[in-house]
Amino acid sequence: MRYIPNAPEQRGEMLSVVGLENAAELFRSIPADVQLNRALKITEPLAEPEVIAEMERMAAKNTGTTVPSFLGGGVYSHFSPTVVDHLIQRSEFFTSYTPYQPEIAQGTLQYIFEFQTLVCQLTGMEVANASMYDGSTAMAEAYLMAQRVTRRDKIVVAKSVHQEYRDVATTYAQHGDTAIVEIDFDPATGRVADTSALDDQTAALVVQSPNFFGCVEDLKPLADAAHAVGALFIVVVTEAISFGLLKTPGECGADIVVGEGQSWGVPMGFGGPHVGLFATQEKFVRQMPGRLCGIGYDKNGNRGFVLTLSTREQHIRREKATSNICTNQGLIALAATIYMETMGKAGLQEVARQNAQKAAYARKQIAAIDGYELPFSAPVFNEFVVRGPRPANEMLEKVRSGAGINGGIALSKYYADRPNDFLVCVTETNTKKQIDALVAALRAA
Amino acid sequence: MSIKKVTQHPSQNENLIFERSQPGRVGYMLPKLDVEEMNIDDLLPADLRRTDDLDGVPEVSEVDVIRHFTRISTWNYSIDLGMYPLGSCTMKYNSRLNEKVARIGGFAGLHPLAPETDTQGALELIYRLQEDLAEITGLPGVSLQPAAGAQGEMTGVMLIRAYLDARDGEASKDRRVMLIPDSAHGTNPASAALAGFTVKTIRSTAEGLTDLDHLKQLCDEGGVAGLMLTNPNTVGIFERNIKVICETIHAAGGLVYMDGANMNALVGVARPGDMGVDVIHLNLHKTFSTPHGGGGPGCGPCCCTAELAPFLPTPRIEKSGDKYVLNYNYPESIGRVKAFYGNFGMMVRALSYIYTHGAEGLREATEAAVLNARYVSKKLAGVYDEPFEADCMHEAIFSHKNQAKLGVVTLDIAKRLIDYGFHPMTVYFPLVVEGAMLIEPTESVGRSDLDAFIEAMIDIDREARETPELVTNAPHTTRIGRIDEAAAARKPVLRWKKEIDSMTHSA
Repeated sequence: MRYIPNAPEQRGEMLSVVGLENAAELFRSIPADVQLNRALKITEPLAEPEVIAEMERMAAKNTGTTVPSFLGGGVYSHFSPTVVDHLIQRSEFFTSYTPYQPEIAQGTLQYIFEFQTLVCQLTGMEVANASMYDGSTAMAEAYLMAQRVTRRDKIVVAKSVHQEYRDVATTYAQHGDTAIVEIDFDPATGRVADTSALDDQTAALVVQSPNFFGCVEDLKPLADAAHAVGALFIVVVTEAISFGLLKTPGECGADIVVGEGQSWGVPMGFGGPHVGLFATQEKFVRQMPGRLCGIGYDKNGNRGFVLTLSTREQHIRREKATSNICTNQGLIALAATIYMETMGKAGLQEVARQNAQKAAYARKQIAAIDGYELPFSAPVFNEFVVRGPRPANEMLEKVRSGAGINGGIALSKYYADRPNDFLVCVTETNTKKQIDALVAALRAA
Repeated sequence: MSIKKVTQHPSQNENLIFERSQPGRVGYMLPKLDVEEMNIDDLLPADLRRTDDLDGVPEVSEVDVIRHFTRISTWNYSIDLGMYPLGSCTMKYNSRLNEKVARIGGFAGLHPLAPETDTQGALELIYRLQEDLAEITGLPGVSLQPAAGAQGEMTGVMLIRAYLDARDGEASKDRRVMLIPDSAHGTNPASAALAGFTVKTIRSTAEGLTDLDHLKQLCDEGGVAGLMLTNPNTVGIFERNIKVICETIHAAGGLVYMDGANMNALVGVARPGDMGVDVIHLNLHKTFSTPHGGGGPGCGPCCCTAELAPFLPTPRIEKSGDKYVLNYNYPESIGRVKAFYGNFGMMVRALSYIYTHGAEGLREATEAAVLNARYVSKKLAGVYDEPFEADCMHEAIFSHKNQAKLGVVTLDIAKRLIDYGFHPMTVYFPLVVEGAMLIEPTESVGRSDLDAFIEAMIDIDREARETPELVTNAPHTTRIGRIDEAAAARKPVLRWKKEIDSMTHSA
């Protein structure tokens, strides 16, 4: 086995040092009746070219990667500068672990500190943690945190929040005393309108913006409505590129911002690994889940970085911890950090501008096709809902088989009462030619 | 100062990126916008747009980015540099082949909501990995959805909860006690709490094993939903009474969850399913070598018996004829634990690891890992206090008892190891051993490196007696000394702001 440095002869010598005749004796403490005593029924070892061939065989069946795509819905196709994937492959980053020993982990700690800072800058919040698994679990943790902060049980969440996020949060909350109330969106605008479900038992109002339909919510009045009953206002963002253009949730009055950072240079990768964002106000920092990195000094006054406020965490508080999370998404947070720094102030604004403009172009073209309409009137960022003349599933399948384009996500996957609606996402990676081809295909479908 | 093997820590000064920023610099270039630009006010009213010009976001060139991250990377210790014997973390070699195949365009560029006909290869890969993990654990129900070990634990105990609720109906509410040994990872009780269980702690015996009498006593007290047990346990010893333990819990009406953090001691040798375990989580980033990445991403699959399988998270990935499908139709499922299907990129790497090893290679790796730990245990016995007599499996545990008398404690020994060019072991865990040092070499270390590590540990013991201040002031070779963590937590500074001072602290 080429990953094992000790040759059989060395292993023999080491066995005699520990007083054993053979390798099987290493397992004397395992009773014979629970030992396997046969070979595992899995493959024979494959040589490197064989592994590559087998993986390429499977990868080639993923034909979704070979066609123009307008799929969004929480995972987005964006260009990632070459330096991102290059730098995260440095041994020092990808073969290290959680920085338990800060003296030999300053590289990791410093990028976590930069990540926390950038997330604060982009969201307009005061503090951010070192990352969560993904946007959906970050939202689940936000529910639990809001309950700790307010000592209330009820969560009011908009139905325009990503269905899979709501599902995950429901799983997390199912064994607490949580009452989850889902509120409708205005069918004309696509935005949250009626917040009458808020009351003095409500721990948090949870909305997504841009929401699952791509509509940009008017956050300020929603924040005011939540605060009026003493609830926290939680804003979910699945499209991190939107931060480059939209007013920050922090400026609009958010108490917690959670989101998905995949758009920041991370491959779509069939849904993971991505990186969850979690930011809040300073006054709530001791109720936050997850790891936090802060500045510290050694006895000579040298500045460094160190994991801090760990008394919130499971390895110290055990069942009373703010979360059970241990490992987070370190390397993906690094990719996001490198992306944000490489794009920089100008690039983050430019990529947001291009997304908004290209989506606007596509939206205008599609709306002009006979039989198609835009069911929601609210402003959008880079996604929008289209209502076609026939069931969206059928039409999209026709666009896929006819024009070789994945034209969008049928909303019926998540909203059974919207058979003809589908969600179209346009990013900077979609050329005008692709958009025009989509428009032609929809016209023909 | 006698230091035989010192890692060089290049210490270029490298400020925070924010301190490198200069107005007007860029590190990117995008194609020009190829559609006619509309007036932004017509698309998004001004009151929905930000007006701060992304204040504080850095402006640097691509060269700055490369230098910045390359420089700070050199301040990290890594597996590729040398032995990284963090007990319970399984810091084994991360193969470059696995990195390569995970980056194949057909995997990396795949959208999770593409039609099933467009994602057959990804579904097949998940299915194949499920099959292999079922064989390795002896537990047929597998979900790869959990994002990391702690989420796999949460999933596992939620399965137990759902199973009991279905089995016992209303009466299940009187069965809410989760038994957890005092030596367990902190994530175990934290995950149990999320599933609505209260925790009762089981004592360990002087031998380092679960106290069977205490276990029986706790079961007799009633209300037991289950047991969360790590095996080999967190002191590195195989729970030889595992069958009796499982039978005791089952007789009391509960189920057994096994924390798979230590599966590197068992793969190809023994299977949790054959021991009576009902559900286990695995850490693909430990046992199956997906990179630890400075703290994630992980992947924490959950494997369970056929009885528990209906409760696994959905969607399940299944084979139907010659097609692979997403099956959402499990009405008793605990629900989703993560959007989409889990950390797929980690699954590609883990399957590549399994293919490369094959059945014989997996067993060979287990043997090599256990042998390395046993070798360290044998060589350091007598120098460092061994709290337990039993044969260790894949990790060796010591305490600082001998050195503490001289004023040198575990933290000092760990910091001094850094000067010798090694990453320290896991320290002060498990909590049942005072001043614990948990050493897990893994199979990825050769004898000469092990000998160098052992020699370093012996030298540090000698230094503790002859020149203790050398140890208590360690490390001496890093760019920064021990950080005052208490001060850092008292007034936490968690983000850069313009007013933060530069490299050094001017008092």
